[in-house]
Amino acid sequence: MIGVELFKLFRRPRTWITAGLICALPLIVAIFVATTHLVPPPGQGSAFLSAVLQDGQLYPAAALALVLPVFLPVAVAIVAGDSIAGEATGGTLRYLLARPVGRTRLLVAKLIAVIAFVLFAIVAVTLTSYATGVLILGPSRAAAVGESPGSGISGSIAPGAGGAPTAGLSAGGAVTSLSGAPLTVLQLAERVIGTVAFITVSMLGVAAIALFLSTVTDSAIGAAMGALATLVGSEVLVTLNAAAVVQPYLPTRYWLAWIDFFRQPILWRDIDRGFGIQAVYVVVFLGAAWANFATKDITA
Amino acid sequence: MITTRALTKRFGHVEAVCSVGLEVREGDRYGLLGPNGSGKTTLVRMLLGLVYATSGEITVLGQRIPRHAGRALPDIGALIEEPAAYPHLSGRANLRLLDAAGPGGSRRTRRARIEEALERVGLAGIDRRPVKAYSLGMRQRLGLAAALVRRPRLLVLDEPGNGLDPRGIKDIRDLLIELNSAGVTVFLSSHLLGEVSALCTRVGVLDHGRLVLQESLAELQKPTGRVLVETQDAERALALLDGHVERRDGPHLVVRDPDPAGLNARLVGEGVRVASIAQQRRTLEEVVLEVTGAGSDQFGGGGGTSPPSPPRSPSPSTPSPSPRGTGHEVPGA
Repeated sequence: MIGVELFKLFRRPRTWITAGLICALPLIVAIFVATTHLVPPPGQGSAFLSAVLQDGQLYPAAALALVLPVFLPVAVAIVAGDSIAGEATGGTLRYLLARPVGRTRLLVAKLIAVIAFVLFAIVAVTLTSYATGVLILGPSRAAAVGESPGSGISGSIAPGAGGAPTAGLSAGGAVTSLSGAPLTVLQLAERVIGTVAFITVSMLGVAAIALFLSTVTDSAIGAAMGALATLVGSEVLVTLNAAAVVQPYLPTRYWLAWIDFFRQPILWRDIDRGFGIQAVYVVVFLGAAWANFATKDITA
Repeated sequence: MITTRALTKRFGHVEAVCSVGLEVREGDRYGLLGPNGSGKTTLVRMLLGLVYATSGEITVLGQRIPRHAGRALPDIGALIEEPAAYPHLSGRANLRLLDAAGPGGSRRTRRARIEEALERVGLAGIDRRPVKAYSLGMRQRLGLAAALVRRPRLLVLDEPGNGLDPRGIKDIRDLLIELNSAGVTVFLSSHLLGEVSALCTRVGVLDHGRLVLQESLAELQKPTGRVLVETQDAERALALLDGHVERRDGPHLVVRDPDPAGLNARLVGEGVRVASIAQQRRTLEEVVLEVTGAGSDQFGGGGGTSPPSPPRSPSPSTPSPSPRGTGHEVPGA
């Protein structure tokens, strides 16, 4: 059943179009940055963006920071929201269940397909943005930037200035952390894997909400919109000082905590909390999805 | 093959299926008839474990549903309302996916089984076109093929004739009869009387969620003990058969007599010229209209609000008020 779901996922044109769009956004940003050399100062705007002018190899991190707040959650909500409701609308759900595919089994297979989609999208973004970074922004511009200190981006040369998310390339060629200390290739690989894991888990929280709504309604678009409304609401409250009481429990509160993987030493506090809060959302909403789906009359 | 006891399903305050005791035996071609909204689809979905009963018991292929649905369903081929397929994939890919999704479909024999099923429903020649390019009739055939891929012992078909032209309906009927003679039990629901009477050996009639009739077709259509006679010499025949003629309408007579051959010999022997003579049989339509009220898509008026009648088997000794014979319509009767 899992194989069947993966086949269905990757034979759908939608999967490839969505992934293409997610990869296109960083490309567009890279082109603008490369032609204008205008980036937000460190500590403002999208994370890592100020660093990529010095080193295109850092662009994957900037690209993930670009797609994470909106693009990736939208894609995940659509795929997960469609998973059960889409089959119900198309009429194939009743044939799958009468085949028979156990309801729990179907739900698990759908979840695994969503995870596969998330990983696929993140890896696609990472690889294409790495290529983009190297080809468009160039492998290392540290020297070039240094030669023109008046170009308005000199602030980004100082790694970790003001604790802002920025990184640079040291003279020896090793990537430096946001805190300024150099990282070995092994450390960097570990941290990239940690980042992918963290973002995947964050997206799983979105997927769990959308999957639950997908078992409630027969409208795929309704389920996706419901999940997105939850996220938008959460984002609004995260920036609202008056809502400080509930902020630690909001699903999007720690979404960008993966940036802390690129500090030396790793700042675990927010990362741990992020993993924790997402685990709670995943368990609660998947449990609700299972309880609802397993006892539901299939009338679609 | 299928037994239900006191099966009831309520959606809120609406009783969709009410105390149904279905009995489908091995080898039957069972037709479940009923007006729109009578609960046919809900009943079929309950048999397949898609909808959970409010109360009552279901046994299919010896397994309790829905508890052990996973053991019974691999041997069941189902068509539930319209057929459904992934529109961007070809028919073959759809059948492969559905077969791979559940148990009881060996990967080794998959290709052969799919080709066999496609051939049976008349789609052997389909190309790689995606299903979205199929006509309604082709989709219906593909849905039937999907039901046949695992060579099931029981077919549960909801409105199998939908979307098919007369040729297609005939093809499907022949296919179902052929499968049935090879040992497959066929259970189908339909609101088309002609389809059911042409195909089925047993009939159940559902009305307002109640099973108001369950009987073999032969029993329902057995002679009523009356003979329909058409003759120019109606006056003479009337005198001759004094007391046995129940009704006369011009040249048409309804005679109470269980033996049409004997009656014919007697009339001819007495010089009565007989234009036509036939045993009176009730049509399925008469039987069904007698036991059902108005369809639940009608509102207001009389029939729909009257309490449904309890299950019964109409017998020739208690005929309906105005039985008419096959092919012998009595004008103004």
